Amino acid sequence: MARALINLPRTARAGAVIEIKTLLSHPMETGYRPGPAGRLLPRDIVTEFVCRYDGEEVFRAEFFPATAANPYLTFTTVATRSGTLSFTWTGDNGFSQTQDVAIEVT
Amino acid sequence: MTPPPDRRAVLSGGAGLLGVLLVRPAAARAPREATAAAIRRFAGEAAVRPGRVALDMPPLVENGNSVPLAITVESPMTEADHVRRIAVFNDKNPQPNVVTLHLGPRAGRAAVATRIRLSDSQTVTAVAEMSDGSYWSATADAIVTLAACVEG
Amino acid sequence: MRASGTGRPPGRGAAARATRPPAGRVLGLALAAGLLAAPVPARETPAQEAPARETPAQEIPPGERRSGLDALAPGTRSMQLDDAANPGMLWVQDGAELWAAAPAGRPACAGCHRDGTMRGVAARYPAFDAAAGRPVDLEDRVNLCRTRHQGAAPLAREGHDLLALTAFLGNQSRGLPLAPPADPRLDAARAEGRALFATPRGQLGFSCAACHDAHWGRHLGASPIPQGHPNGYPLYRLEWQGLGSLERRLRNCLAGMRAEPLPEGGPETVALTLYLMQRAAPLPVETPAVRP
Repeated sequence: MARALINLPRTARAGAVIEIKTLLSHPMETGYRPGPAGRLLPRDIVTEFVCRYDGEEVFRAEFFPATAANPYLTFTTVATRSGTLSFTWTGDNGFSQTQDVAIEVT
Repeated sequence: MTPPPDRRAVLSGGAGLLGVLLVRPAAARAPREATAAAIRRFAGEAAVRPGRVALDMPPLVENGNSVPLAITVESPMTEADHVRRIAVFNDKNPQPNVVTLHLGPRAGRAAVATRIRLSDSQTVTAVAEMSDGSYWSATADAIVTLAACVEG
Repeated sequence: MRASGTGRPPGRGAAARATRPPAGRVLGLALAAGLLAAPVPARETPAQEAPARETPAQEIPPGERRSGLDALAPGTRSMQLDDAANPGMLWVQDGAELWAAAPAGRPACAGCHRDGTMRGVAARYPAFDAAAGRPVDLEDRVNLCRTRHQGAAPLAREGHDLLALTAFLGNQSRGLPLAPPADPRLDAARAEGRALFATPRGQLGFSCAACHDAHWGRHLGASPIPQGHPNGYPLYRLEWQGLGSLERRLRNCLAGMRAEPLPEGGPETVALTLYLMQRAAPLPVETPAVRP
């Protein structure tokens, strides 16, 4: 699994808007860059990121080669109830990984 | 914010010789055809008006490999009135699309940030699609310089 | 207009440097930069034997030492200062996991070095290893531990795992001042490092000191010239799109000087690192720093 750093408050008041920061270890190889042998390195990027709150999609991003290596995103969601936020990255060469973070809403 | 170096300093800095790119993009120039077409694909036939979108990007970029970009859109983010999508376009990279973000009332705020690649000094455009079907945009210019003493 | 070899006028304080340099100040480097594009005549002699253009290495007084962090654009600076935004933390987390992972039948690093005991260690490297009879850098130290105590093969320098472990160790010392040991057994290597720093080398006949002692605070093209301190390594360089060691950065510098690289993991690199640490102290450890 690629290393992912997900930062969000573990507890929040109901109705509060919380900020989520995510960082994923990934080269985001553009497909436009020559490798050591002079030939272009094949494209290898994360193409999509989805955040779900108890299974319901609350945020989605489509990435292109113009997204920097080790893709970073910050976005917000409303803390509705205690539950699980799941973060899924998918991409080229069958890349797919999901990480869950629990949140307690009071 | 680092002030952009004045012209004389740049020239005397041996800029061109080191391969440092300091080309000021023309202000309010129409985007290249590929970029205009990509915006068209995103917005369809709807008019894209300037306003309601704030695009925060440093005017002088230390390295085009990673450029911080923050976007906020004026919107109450309610069921009745919210931002549906935000798309970012560039004008000089090999492909015009940078990132497309899908939001909704559950976001609470229309405030996102990411890091992008810029192959050259250029204009970046963000377009927001609202729940009423209107489209709003903002642009920002960046001058991209290259780091000195790069891997040779 | 001043040429690149001219020394710093006495008494120019940090305050004066805080303002944007006028055009003339970058001229010295402009001349040098011009040389980068000039055709290099064929030479019989190796590049290292470029004509000596003596640059007196005027060491920066401790009170005037500035981390490269101070010259970063706001976006890059906040990228370093927020752990949730700093991509170097991806390696630190990998390093923490490796630190706790035991090779088959042997103790993990964490099996001997209990929680918290590594704080301050990275700030003291390179250090003298009595068994090896030579100064070793942090990378060497990790590999010596692996071969001596863990029955494991040494990790490749600049490989992911060694970068992750040294990033983890560096991060344990974050905020502590660099504290190079006052061990007399290091004196010879440190003196060698100082000489390496001050000696012109490469096709341009530059020394490290010619930029980082004599011209720090000025600009090369649009880039500020830093004092060249090693307090944030391994660090995330936007140019690399990844984490890299001080040794890799030194290779970049030498390439920019059109000089031959130092042998990988060799005594010259350790000697230069020793001097750089002394030259930078007491700046705080910033690992993992972020630089353009």
